[in-house]
Amino acid sequence: MENALRVTNLSTEIQLSRSTVHPVGNVDLAIDEGETLGLVGESGSGKTLLALSILGLLPNGGHITGGSIRFNGRELVGLSEPDLRRIRGNDIAMIFQDSLSSLNPTKSIGEQVAEPVRLHRGASRREALARAVEVLDMVGLPHPKEHLGDFPHQLSGGMRQRVMIAIALSCEPRVLLADEPTTALDVTIQAQILRLLDDLEQRLGMATLLVTHDMGVVAGRAKRINVMYAGRIVESAPTEELFRAMRHPYTQALLGSIPRLEQDARLPLLSIPGMPPDLTELPSGCRFAARCRYATDQCRAQEPPLTGDDPNHVFSCWNPVDGPVSAQAPVPAPTPARPNIAVVQEARQPAPPADGSSPLLEVVDVVREYPVTSGAILKRQVSSVKAVSNISLDVRAGESFGLVGESGCGKTSLGKLIVGIEQPDHGHIRLNGREVFRLRGGALKRARRDLQMMFQDPYGSLDPRMRVNAILREPMQIQGIGSGREQDERVRTLLDQVGLPLNALERYPHEFSGGQRQRIALARALMLEPKVMVADEPVSALDVSIRSQVLNLMKRLQAEHQMASIVISHDLAVVKYLADRIGVMYLGKIVEVGAAEDVYRRPAHPYTDGLIKTIPVPDPWIERKKTDVAVHGELPSATDPPSGCRFRTRCPRAQAICAEAEPPLQRFGLNHEASCHFPLRQPEPGHQAASATG
Amino acid sequence: MTENAGSTSTAHASTALPGGLYGSPLDGPEGGEVQVISSGWRLAVREFADNRLAVVGLAVLLFFLAFCFLGPLVYHGNATNADVLNANLPPSGAHLLGTDEQGFDELANIMVGGQSAFEIGFFASAVAIVVGTLYGAVAGLVGGFVDGVMMRFVDVLLAIPFLFIVLVLSTKYTGTVVSISLVLGCFSWLIPSRLVRGEVLSLRTRDFVLAARVMGSSRTRIVYRHLIPNALSVTIVNVTFLIADSILVLSYLGFLGFGLQFPATSWGDMLGGAQAYMSNGYWWLVYPVGACLVVVVLAFNLVGDALRDALDVRLRRR
Repeated sequence: MENALRVTNLSTEIQLSRSTVHPVGNVDLAIDEGETLGLVGESGSGKTLLALSILGLLPNGGHITGGSIRFNGRELVGLSEPDLRRIRGNDIAMIFQDSLSSLNPTKSIGEQVAEPVRLHRGASRREALARAVEVLDMVGLPHPKEHLGDFPHQLSGGMRQRVMIAIALSCEPRVLLADEPTTALDVTIQAQILRLLDDLEQRLGMATLLVTHDMGVVAGRAKRINVMYAGRIVESAPTEELFRAMRHPYTQALLGSIPRLEQDARLPLLSIPGMPPDLTELPSGCRFAARCRYATDQCRAQEPPLTGDDPNHVFSCWNPVDGPVSAQAPVPAPTPARPNIAVVQEARQPAPPADGSSPLLEVVDVVREYPVTSGAILKRQVSSVKAVSNISLDVRAGESFGLVGESGCGKTSLGKLIVGIEQPDHGHIRLNGREVFRLRGGALKRARRDLQMMFQDPYGSLDPRMRVNAILREPMQIQGIGSGREQDERVRTLLDQVGLPLNALERYPHEFSGGQRQRIALARALMLEPKVMVADEPVSALDVSIRSQVLNLMKRLQAEHQMASIVISHDLAVVKYLADRIGVMYLGKIVEVGAAEDVYRRPAHPYTDGLIKTIPVPDPWIERKKTDVAVHGELPSATDPPSGCRFRTRCPRAQAICAEAEPPLQRFGLNHEASCHFPLRQPEPGHQAASATG
Repeated sequence: MTENAGSTSTAHASTALPGGLYGSPLDGPEGGEVQVISSGWRLAVREFADNRLAVVGLAVLLFFLAFCFLGPLVYHGNATNADVLNANLPPSGAHLLGTDEQGFDELANIMVGGQSAFEIGFFASAVAIVVGTLYGAVAGLVGGFVDGVMMRFVDVLLAIPFLFIVLVLSTKYTGTVVSISLVLGCFSWLIPSRLVRGEVLSLRTRDFVLAARVMGSSRTRIVYRHLIPNALSVTIVNVTFLIADSILVLSYLGFLGFGLQFPATSWGDMLGGAQAYMSNGYWWLVYPVGACLVVVVLAFNLVGDALRDALDVRLRRR
């Protein structure tokens, strides 16, 4: 039978001014109609360029050096540009990752969806627009007729992604290339978009290539998964088999390094040391050898072929492994080599709040609203974005508090309030009972030592014009701590603690990989020995294999330095791994707070429950069982939040009272509180939570 | 270098699996080796060197600098004593580019005029860039009302026809290199201040500036340590254009008769003087000096364009 799309032995290269990159090397894959093929790899593994080469859209200087791409038996390599253009968007369509930059901001979405129809079908404007309405309706854009004239910036991220899908589907393509279609979206929206793609694929019988870095996304959808590393496919197998009995050490380590919700947070995460090779100077042997713990001399000298006993399951490895890591290696106990960690970790078990002992950090009833103004000169305030609304929380010394929520829920604003980059409109933030940010001058400067922050973007948080030495010294210089020699010593100590070589000191930030930069950022935050460190999405910009390295490091150093931390993330698994207690935020409010394990095992708020259910789990059996999208709809606008309970517009349990009265915080156990009128569990009777302010 | 860094992590790893798993390194530091990539500035130099026109421009500038400042040491022409007997001579062996109405050697005069052009160009643009960068950085960082007032002030100044003011001022003050540079500098910092403000507006929300604030850094330190170094590429590019502009404005002034006081001269003065003899066919009074002016300004612009391409990461060709 003819495959809908068959790529054989494809290699590409991109000519740069002084070097040549080989992003794709000898890649084979095949997709049948109505089937989804998963292509998984880290950033820079060549997966996007593979998708682009199928469409003949390689960047400047890029060309295919060998192999063939057959679409329904028709060879695409070497096809003339006009012929390719007839196939692009018509027979083979692509969904891009970033919907904001992929849509034309100056054209209405109706026109953009109609454009391929007019180009490929020769339809009139009216017919094309009619088709646009039809497709937009199919992808679940509510009231498509009314939205035809909207421009991309008027739509939310999830809706824009639906428009992107509509453009791709407008000509009923036979093959759909989806390049990280949900990476930029929140988990609740991601679940909806993935469900939509599933439905469409079944209804239209397309062949789909799902390109992603997230094993959880492909687990429940793809029939087969190809794992790509440094331009090569290293393993290819049917989904269940890949998860149950992977043979390549990279696949094994990649799956093992993903923090899982059900995992024991006291154990370190599996991680892959080092980083992927530079695609301009590839090693002669196996490309993974430098990071592989099974590597032998043969691996370093000779590249393994992509074969296997079963032609359905092929891998390229000289020393294949057998199945996931937990099945063959007993999980080691926490390292006795650093006895202090174990001690501290025990001490950090959530202790019952002893009466009279005051918490280290208290956030009381904090409100932060950003004014929305209109008019260029006389800035009239028309409304305000309610970023943080009456939030109270407290953090004890040495404790790790996790804040989780979707983008736009105000978690970053809260983090900025805590470290004093922003000032609250109302409420108090106290450190050791003292209102730090009401201080002025020298006292404020000294107080800032205790509150440090680690930022999300490893590229933006380090000054590109400063050497690492100057970056790490800066906190001590600003605070006037220590002599030059002492500063130098401390810089070296911390650099060592975050696992970077000493020659890093003389380098500039752009010479480091994302993970290394985040290590530098962590070292900088620790320079002043803060009592509380706020980490805002510390790993969300990093690749999966690097993520676990940084998570392990953060956990270890927090224990060693005995500081409290506030970890902010949209990823519940990350927060649960790092935090002792979790606060779930929704639209400027904390809806549930409690011990990490407790919140995960016994959620009381429907939103928490929905979040847990929507997170894609790298496990095909769990993913396939998910039948319904747990949280529907979109996050309402923070300028005009819903009355009463803010979650009511998306809540499956909402009733009339939810719109009228704001639910009070109720206790569901020791330290476990949630605010919901119809919680999933019975609250403890007679206990109105003491801090029933949020 | 790496043994030191590896020590903690290997101790940590000893009880874990043989190697590789659980965050322990195979060899070397846990965070991986640091690749040595050439620095941003070196990349910029490489990019600049790849641009043929820019290299030509730079060569032309170096040639003119040598010509104007070292030339008089080699070519001893009369540019100071009026010599009416030898006025308006065509080019000859004694006077390579002829003489003008006062009998000054034209070639020697071009050298002297070139000196003032370069001096005023560099000095005026230095004044402009220092004032403009500080003004723009402060406006951008402080923001809000102060920013509004500061930038509206710039808008007002930009709306004033700047050449008139310069003309008025230059009649009041004697035209020395320093005074003209200051006058030019005082009016040409406006555009750089806008550019720097724009750059600072985007820089100040970057995380590294927030990080400095979290550390307790003062605003002054943020301006000097973070904002200005990062806005430097914008200003460096602008300096080259400013120099070119200053040289042009100087020549306007000279042409209109408000230029430098004797014995200093400028190319504009020379062109102004030659105006009367245009119809007499004294081409050597016009073309050589005009060509010098055009070539130098063009060379500065070429270098500026190439610098912008080299320093702006977005335009870089990798």
